[in-house]
Amino acid sequence: MSITLDAKVPGGPLGAKWTTYRQEMKLVNPANRRRFNVIVVGSGLAGASAAATLGELGYNVDCFCFQDSARRAHSIAAQGGINAAKNYRNDGDSVYRLFYDTIKGGDFRAREANVYRLAEVSVNIIDQCVAQGVPFAREYGGMLDNRSFGGAQVSRTFYARGQTGQQLLLGAYQALCRQIAEGTVRMYPRTEMLDIVLIDGHAKGIITRDLVSGAISSHSADAVVLATGGYGNVFFLSTNAKGCNVTSTYRAYKKGALFANPCFTQIHPTCIPVSGDYQSKLTLMSESLRNDGRVWVPLVRGDKRHPRDIPENERDYYLERKYPSYGNLAPRDIASRAAKEVCDEGRGVGPGGRGVYLDFAASINRLGEDKIRERYGNLFEMYERITGENAYAQPMRIYPAVHYTMGGLWVDYNLMSNIPGLYVIGEANFSDHGANRLGASALMQGLADGYFVLPNTLPGYFAGSPQKKYGADHPEFKKAEDDVKTRTARLLGINGKRTVMDFHRELGKLMWDKVGMARNEKGLKEALARIPQIRQEFWENVRVTGSEADFNQSLEYAGRVADFLEFAELLAYDALVREESCGGHFREEYQTEDGEALRNDDNFAYVSCWEFRGTDQYPELHREHLSYDQVRMTQRSYR
Amino acid sequence: MNLTLRVWRQSGGAAKGRFVEYQAKGVSEEMSFLEMLDTVNEELIGRGEEPIAFDHDCREGICGACGMVIDGVPHGPLQATTTCQLHMRFFKDGQTVTIEPWRAGAFPVIKDLAVDRSAFDRIIQAGGYVAVSTGGVPDGNAIPIGKDVSDRSMDAAQCIGCGACVAACKNASAMLFVAAKISHLGLLPQGKVERERRVVNMVEAMDSEGFGSCTNIGSCEAVCPKGITLDTISLMNREFLRARFTHKSRD
Repeated sequence: MSITLDAKVPGGPLGAKWTTYRQEMKLVNPANRRRFNVIVVGSGLAGASAAATLGELGYNVDCFCFQDSARRAHSIAAQGGINAAKNYRNDGDSVYRLFYDTIKGGDFRAREANVYRLAEVSVNIIDQCVAQGVPFAREYGGMLDNRSFGGAQVSRTFYARGQTGQQLLLGAYQALCRQIAEGTVRMYPRTEMLDIVLIDGHAKGIITRDLVSGAISSHSADAVVLATGGYGNVFFLSTNAKGCNVTSTYRAYKKGALFANPCFTQIHPTCIPVSGDYQSKLTLMSESLRNDGRVWVPLVRGDKRHPRDIPENERDYYLERKYPSYGNLAPRDIASRAAKEVCDEGRGVGPGGRGVYLDFAASINRLGEDKIRERYGNLFEMYERITGENAYAQPMRIYPAVHYTMGGLWVDYNLMSNIPGLYVIGEANFSDHGANRLGASALMQGLADGYFVLPNTLPGYFAGSPQKKYGADHPEFKKAEDDVKTRTARLLGINGKRTVMDFHRELGKLMWDKVGMARNEKGLKEALARIPQIRQEFWENVRVTGSEADFNQSLEYAGRVADFLEFAELLAYDALVREESCGGHFREEYQTEDGEALRNDDNFAYVSCWEFRGTDQYPELHREHLSYDQVRMTQRSYR
Repeated sequence: MNLTLRVWRQSGGAAKGRFVEYQAKGVSEEMSFLEMLDTVNEELIGRGEEPIAFDHDCREGICGACGMVIDGVPHGPLQATTTCQLHMRFFKDGQTVTIEPWRAGAFPVIKDLAVDRSAFDRIIQAGGYVAVSTGGVPDGNAIPIGKDVSDRSMDAAQCIGCGACVAACKNASAMLFVAAKISHLGLLPQGKVERERRVVNMVEAMDSEGFGSCTNIGSCEAVCPKGITLDTISLMNREFLRARFTHKSRD
C-alpha cells in the first residue's frame, strides 16, 4: 500500500491556526446531522465527552464500552489533576507556556500544531467542567484552587481531591446520560469491539461481541471514533485497569491504520512497589504527592535501618541533589530513571530493594498533619490498605511502574487516522505528548479531543465529498463477523495446559525486563526472538474454558492477550529502530556522560508510523518528520 | 494461610444457584481479596473447570466495578473499603469465608458474582446531570463557590456507583446512591436551577426500577466504601418535599 502521510496542519502562524481552521471549516446543517451515524468506541474522558458532544450537536451516536457502565472507564482512576493555562495564580502562565512545557516535556517528539491547540482549548475545559457541576477544589474566597505538577514552574493544575479523573469522568458520563435520555446516543455497555470494517477504504463500522450473551453483531456508521485508551497492560503489571487492552487499536492497525511511536511508554515514578508473584496490578500514588513529599534513599548501599533511624546526613535526596531547580517535581521519565539508578546501585529500600522513600515528615512539621490529610487523605488511606503502613508516621515506599502510553494510532490535525472516516482520540492516539507526557495532561487531552476538537473536525469529513452509506448487511460485515467467530472458536478449541494469565505474566515480565525503563539493542533482540515463541505456544497450549455463547471472562481475556502477543513485537521493533534516547524511551547506548537521555534530532526527529504487513512479518516504517516553527529543539534540562 | 471458600455459583440469570466449596491454599496476607480469587480461578481453569465470574476492573477502589458480599457484609469486614482494596491480612488461617453476589431484585444476577446494575445508569439518565451542552459556558471563576459548599458537594460526589448500599439494605433501597447524586449537584449553584425536576424524576426512576423504600436503618452508610453519609438522604428528602410544592409533574 502506498501511504502518503499528510498531517493536514493548517497554514498561518501557530497561534492562529486553530482559529483560522474553525473559521474556514465546512459545516453540516443542523437538520442534516441526524442522518450521520457515528460510532464511538470507549466511554472514558475522550469517548464520553465526544459521544455526548456529538449527540448534543444532533448526530446519531452509538457508544460502546466493555465495562458494565460507561462511568467505569479507566479515566476514573486518574488522581492528581488537569492542567489549564488559566493563569488564575498570576504566576506567569499562558497558553504559550503550557504549549512549550508540553512540547519540551515530550522531549520534542510531538506535533507542534496539535500541542498548541491543546493548550488553547485547555481553558475551555475547566469552564465546561465547572458548568457541569464538577466540584473542583476551591479556596475560602470561592475561587478555584491550583496545585503544581511535574515539569512546570507554575501552578496550573486544577483538582478535585485525589479523585480528579473520577469527577471529570462523572461530568462527561452525566452529559452522556443526558444524551442517552434524549435519544441522540445509544449506549452499549458490556460490549467489546473485535474488528473494524472498511468498505472502499473508508471506515464504515465495527464488529462487536456482547459480553453477556456472546452474540457477535455488526454495526454500520458513517464514521468510527476509537477512544479506547492505551496499551500499558502489554507489560502485565501496570497501573491500568485489568480490562485495558490494545485490541481495538491493534485490530484497526491490522486493517491498515498506522501505529505511531509504540515505544513511547511512560513509567510513572510514584507507585506502590511490587509485593509478590500473585500481584495483579500496580497502584499509583498521585504525582501531586511530590508537592509535599521528599524522595530519598540511604546514602550507603545495603542500609537496612528503619527510615526514622537514618539521620539527615546519611540520606540522599537524589532528585533535589541532581535537579536543584525542579527538585522532587522533575518530570516523570527523569524521576523514574533516577529511582531505577539508585536501586541498581543497591541503595533501594523495602523487600527486594526495589523502592525509594517518599517522605512527608518535613511537610507535616511545616503544615501539620491535618493539612496533609486534607490534601492527600484518600491516598494515604489507600497506601495503608495496600501495605499496612501508616505514611504519616513513616515514609511511603514507592517505585516506578508502567502508567501511560504516549504512542497510539497515527492521526492528522483532524484526529483522523490514515483510514478515511476512522478517528482516534485520547490516549489511543499518538499526537500530543511526544516521548513523555507531563502530569495532569492526560485528562486535559482526553477532554480537549472529545469536547472541543473532534466535534469541530469530524463534520469536515461529512461535509466534504459525499460518502456512500452502507448497512450492516454489506458482505464486508459478514466477512468480518466470520473472521471473529473463527478466531473465537479457535481460542476455545486449543484446550491446552496453560492459563491465559500465565502467558500474560510471561509476556509482561519479558517486556518489563527487556523493553521497559531502560532498553538496549541486545535485550530488544532477545525480546524479539522470544515474543514469537510465546505467541506460538499460546496458540498451541492455552486453555480457555467455557463457551462462546455465554458471559465468559476467560474468553474475553484470551482475545486481548492474543493481541498483546502480537503488539509486543511491534513495540520492540519501534524501540530497536529508534537509536536515541528521548522521554520515556531510554536506550542505554545513547546517554550523556551524566546519564541523561541523549536525543538525536538529526536522524530521529520523526514520528515512526508502522504499517502492518502480516503477522510474523516485519512491518513497514513510514516517517512523519517533525519540524518546529515556534520552538527551538534544545536539550531538556531540569537542573 | 489456607481458607475455605463458600462461593455462590449460578450459571446464568434464569438458572438456580448454589454454594460450592473451594480451598484457597497458600494465601499471602499481602494479596488483595480479588488476587486471592484469581489464584483460585487459575487452579479451576487448570482443572478444566469454569472460573468464578466476578466484575472488577481498576482494582484501586475507584471504578466501582467490583463488589461481593463477604460473610454477609457487602465489600467485606473492613469499613470504607471496596472488595479490590480489601487485603488478606484481615483474614485468619483456617477461616471459612462465604462469598455471594449483591442480592436485590433490581440487580439481577448475570453469572456467579456478577450482577446487572444498569438500573443505576437509568436513574442518572432520568436527571442526574446539569443540563449544559458543550460550549458557551461562563468562566470557571465566574460564580464563587464557598469552600465548605464545594467540599460538601465533593463528599457526596465521591460515590462510585458500586451498589453496596442496595446490597446491604433489607429493602434493597437505592436511596443512598440517588441521594449522593442529588446532594452533589443540588448543593452547587450550577445544579440548583434544575433541582426540583431532578429530584422528582430521579426518585420516580428509582421507584420504577424496583428498588425498595428507605426505612432509616443506616446499613447503607455502614458499608459504603466512600463514606457517603445518611445526611445526603435527609437532604434528598427535603429536596423532594420542597419539589412537591413547587414542581407539578414530570416533564
